[in-house]
Amino acid sequence: MKIIIVGCGKVGDSLAEQLSAENYDITVIDKNPERIAQVTNDFDVLGLVGDGVSNSCLLEAGVADTDLLIAVTGSDEKNLLCCLIAKKAGHCATIARVRNPEYSREADFLKKEFGLAMVINPEMIAAVEMARIFRFPSAIKIDALAKGYLEMLHFRITEKCSLCGKQVSFVRSYLSPDVLVCMIKRKGTILVPTGESSFEDGDIVTIVAAPKSAGTFFKKIGLPINRVKNALIVGGGKISFYLAKLLLQSGIEVKIIEQSKERCEELSDRLPQASLICGDATDQTIFLEEGLSGVDGAAILTNIDEENVFLSLFAKKHSHAKIITKVNRMIFNEVIDDLDLDSLVYPKLLTADYILQYVRTMNASIGSSMESLYTLEDSKENRAEALQYLITAKSAVVGVPLNELKTKKDVLICCIFRKGKMMIPGGQDSIEIGDTVIVVHNNQHINAITDILEERR
Amino acid sequence: MNIRMVRFILGWVLRFESIFLCLPILVAVIYGERQGIAYVIVALLCLLLSWLCTLKKPEMNRLCARDGFASVALSWIVMSAFGALPFVMTKEIPNFVDAMFETISGFTTTGASILTNVEALSYTSLFWRSFTHWIGGMGVFVFIMAVLPLMGGTDLNLMKAESPGPSVGKFVPKVKDTAKILYSIYIFITVLEIVLLLIFGMPLFDALTSTFGTVGTGGFGIKNDSFASYAPALQNIVTIFMVLSGMNFTFYFLLLRKKFSQACKMEEIRVYLAIIAITGILVCVFTRPYFATIGATIRHSFFQVASIITTTGFATTDFNLWPQFPKTILVILMFVGACAGSTGGGMKVSRFIIVFKTIRKEISILIHPRTVKKIQMDGVSIPHETVRATNVYIASYFMVFFISVLVLGIDNLDFTTNFTAVAATFNNIGPGMELVGPTSNYAMFSPICKLILCFDMLAGRLEIFPILMLFSRRSWKRL
Repeated sequence: MKIIIVGCGKVGDSLAEQLSAENYDITVIDKNPERIAQVTNDFDVLGLVGDGVSNSCLLEAGVADTDLLIAVTGSDEKNLLCCLIAKKAGHCATIARVRNPEYSREADFLKKEFGLAMVINPEMIAAVEMARIFRFPSAIKIDALAKGYLEMLHFRITEKCSLCGKQVSFVRSYLSPDVLVCMIKRKGTILVPTGESSFEDGDIVTIVAAPKSAGTFFKKIGLPINRVKNALIVGGGKISFYLAKLLLQSGIEVKIIEQSKERCEELSDRLPQASLICGDATDQTIFLEEGLSGVDGAAILTNIDEENVFLSLFAKKHSHAKIITKVNRMIFNEVIDDLDLDSLVYPKLLTADYILQYVRTMNASIGSSMESLYTLEDSKENRAEALQYLITAKSAVVGVPLNELKTKKDVLICCIFRKGKMMIPGGQDSIEIGDTVIVVHNNQHINAITDILEERR
Repeated sequence: MNIRMVRFILGWVLRFESIFLCLPILVAVIYGERQGIAYVIVALLCLLLSWLCTLKKPEMNRLCARDGFASVALSWIVMSAFGALPFVMTKEIPNFVDAMFETISGFTTTGASILTNVEALSYTSLFWRSFTHWIGGMGVFVFIMAVLPLMGGTDLNLMKAESPGPSVGKFVPKVKDTAKILYSIYIFITVLEIVLLLIFGMPLFDALTSTFGTVGTGGFGIKNDSFASYAPALQNIVTIFMVLSGMNFTFYFLLLRKKFSQACKMEEIRVYLAIIAITGILVCVFTRPYFATIGATIRHSFFQVASIITTTGFATTDFNLWPQFPKTILVILMFVGACAGSTGGGMKVSRFIIVFKTIRKEISILIHPRTVKKIQMDGVSIPHETVRATNVYIASYFMVFFISVLVLGIDNLDFTTNFTAVAATFNNIGPGMELVGPTSNYAMFSPICKLILCFDMLAGRLEIFPILMLFSRRSWKRL
């Protein structure tokens, strides 16, 4: 499949990396020759120096026989225009990044009227993810599955937790039969667990459950389930705005610390219920004065990663709040993961996930469509993902009891969601048309649902 | 330098060499020659070493530019050393330095030989000698990359080190696909020439070896008089295919993509064809008294011009006996060389275009000191980096050239011989003038001079810097 990426910033870069690793033909367009030299040096992609909005440039990049164009330049207007022109010049599907909150509200309109395949707003996606974590602070990360009927929760096992030392089968037989443990991450390695695997102190466990049963499950194993009542947001960027709005809507008190006076006024204009503090959060006195020790949740969202990490470590030391840290660049993620910070949000990764999901669905054969994709782990050795499929037609996996399906190594069919009810599948169950199926895998390459099967030789 | 990764790559190169060696083994089986045993032994040796080298895939599999350069340079040396072994083992070229000279000459598509009597070789060895041209023409790494994915995106660095020209790019997003396209074009031209030569009555073995020599722009013949004894029609076919192989392969790619107008507007191709036409006519005019008919004059003149500019080095006549003017033209053509991105050697037409334009720009700056001007080619501005690299290339080119001529002086041969011997090896042509003319060979040089010429051949084929880098102490350090 051929893909053109216009704009070679942080997101463009990570998309080029991810997509070229998945063996697509990528052409990258950017105005800056140095960026192009860099990206073509690092990844197996074709670079083109030029303006992605110009028709001749797009034609040179081969828009005529391209399947997908992703516009992720710094400017929303350019992205939209680029998609429009590409649509006229070729017949490709188009994805535009639109970040301005003013336009973002009209995303659906844009999508429909401009004929875009997807309008993506990374800041909004990140904010939604953070808001979800604040509603359920015991989890490190929560992903919605099956239109919100199910959630995939990641949490850390501590000594206080009653699960520590128990076997995985214990969860199902004694605690909650409707909770499925689908992955355990231990010291950088990923385990797709069997019944005999046991939980250890420091493990990060991933479960799939309905929101309600997840609540009871957490209560049973001794983790708090109360949502935060107030939150402190450091930094007043776009994510902070979206997050504050979402939190205020669900009745959580919000306080924002922002350096620039101008931005503070602008935010206070748009978020009258939030309290805004103009000041530098790296100044410890301000940070403590504004009630760091008393808050339930803190989101550290400045533009500088280093500052975010240090502020989070400081906040962790001085309070019991749930802390969310934003990390923009992925370079040091291995080191940051070791720091034992609460929840890390990588907006770039989230955006790439959304687009990848779209690309793979486009590429997958008929019979199933991928509804969502979550990267669970992305390091040098491991790449684990959770994939959600809607089964639309007959294929090799439909109607066969699961114990007769020969799946690849490190692939787990977590659950089947049928007619509004979740079932954790046993060996006798089978996948039927109309089901929503959630699959977790590690280091496999899966586009269509049928890719979970061992290849026939 | 990432030594483990370089070792791993060397292992793969050896594995491919053992595969390439299967072809002469096949020839030995067909002709029932005992020399084949030597080739079997070397193939097995390569396979064993390759297995040892690739036993463990290195964890750090990123290939930096310097690793790419070093692996390519080392691979070519290792490949030539193993390629030379069969000649020594069959006692056809008993001296290892001589055998090494012959093989490097083969892989670098030079075609300079130390053999006084080529026809005494076995069919197996003749085939291997010619086949090395074909492998070296497009490059071993381009072949490896077309077949297997080595190390993700960073293997472009290998291709950059091996492919000739001032700026190396990809046709399509993936290195692998680009390599595949290059080899498809290459194989297509090869097959076409073989078929044409067969149709016009050349025996199969001769057709194969001549084609390898032509499309790889090598020049090893299987006869002592190179190409003189073949029929005129065959000579004309070879002339055309030499010119075709000397063209930038981007031209063929554009034709494949049906971008005819863009292909025809390629400045390099136009200049290249113009040079051939003009020098061909000039040579015709001045060599007219030496041939019986006008037809023969045109045929021989164009054959020689095409053979020298594409750096092939076949000959249909002894141009040593020509008057000075056409001889001088041929010597100058040696330096010009073929197009960038072709199988030919030399300094490349595109570099000359860039240099010519730089000179013009410099003059216009002298006249109008405030002029702002960008050098363009094919309607696109050439980045300053490329212009700088071209200038540095030419400077180091002449540095290496003069040092080589100086060292060759110790053999006390005449200056023309020394000068053209370096020119003919450094530009990967083969025959020079006087004692190294088309009817003679390089046997009279002392071993030291032979090694210098070997170095020149490798430096010429890999465009100097990968080879020079091996002599820098810094490139061997870990940091």
